[in-house]
Amino acid sequence: MVKHVRKTVQAMWGLITNAYVKGFMPGGGIYKGPLKHFCVPGMNCYSCPGALGACPIGALQSTLSARHRGFPFYVAGFLMAVGLFVGRFICGWLCLFGLLQELLYRIPTPKLKIPDRLDRGLRYLKYAVLAVLVIGLPLFYRDEYGAGEPFFCKYICPVGTLEGGIPLVLLNDVLRPTLGWLFQWKFLLLVLCVLSSVFIYRPFCKYICPLGAFYALFSKVSIVRMRVDTHKCTDCGACARMCPMNVDPAKHPNSPECIRCGECMRVCPMKALSFTVTGRGAKAECTAADNKEKENII
Amino acid sequence: MKKEFPGWLSVAMLLAALAMCSYGALTGEAEAVMAKAVKICMECIGLG
Repeated sequence: MVKHVRKTVQAMWGLITNAYVKGFMPGGGIYKGPLKHFCVPGMNCYSCPGALGACPIGALQSTLSARHRGFPFYVAGFLMAVGLFVGRFICGWLCLFGLLQELLYRIPTPKLKIPDRLDRGLRYLKYAVLAVLVIGLPLFYRDEYGAGEPFFCKYICPVGTLEGGIPLVLLNDVLRPTLGWLFQWKFLLLVLCVLSSVFIYRPFCKYICPLGAFYALFSKVSIVRMRVDTHKCTDCGACARMCPMNVDPAKHPNSPECIRCGECMRVCPMKALSFTVTGRGAKAECTAADNKEKENII
Repeated sequence: MKKEFPGWLSVAMLLAALAMCSYGALTGEAEAVMAKAVKICMECIGLG
């Protein structure tokens, strides 16, 4: 049930935030109305012909790389507010690119199991992408006129290529002759991302996404959190086996890697996992392992 | 046993983030976001 509800919410959100149908007509361009003042909480290129809002990662880079730079109160405040409210719930429920990767992973092929050590190491990559490509380089690397560049958008972001680049190039004849090595490079990254999504669950979210990295910083302190009822949890491991992000929710219910998809809650035979608001109703966040320890002491 | 992060502190931080966001909007940052978002971002789509 949770699974179908989540897929529906993801798809509906994707449609609502990309509802500028006129943009998909030949020569249609992009939406230029007042909703573009606001960022959407998930990755969604603002150059997508249908996009009604601004991409928070693109907006953050453009603010940081502006000639008259200052602290980006508006975008950083927005991202912090979302992170503090729900953490990576956005990744699991309101990201169209996440949905696309999930659908690709459903293609019936043998799946790739990344060795634990490599997997753990690669997960830090997204924090490096956030620190270097989204914040550091746009802020400090300037041209002779004092302007920076949105390095992540320009050199990496497969969302921009998929949602913005490809549709705009297909719909606008004038853009086609301008395609060069940069488009080819980004197209190659998109192809790699799509292909790897068939074999690995959400590889972009796990290893690359700077927005997921930003929200992950707030997983342990967000208002909406995951709670383990230690009196119900039998440490059976069903939740850890089911978790597509390879988290053990019974031990780390608010892991930065958790996208709060709710799969663990669905499979828990004891219904020991639930969402809570500011820890209300939760006993101290102790794990099933702690529980066993207590039993041993007794 | 791990102590849970206090809920009241999360709420206080959320209010501070909302205040930051509002301050940014009042000082014209939302207009700057809009100005960027209504133009086709050539970098984003891989055209340079």
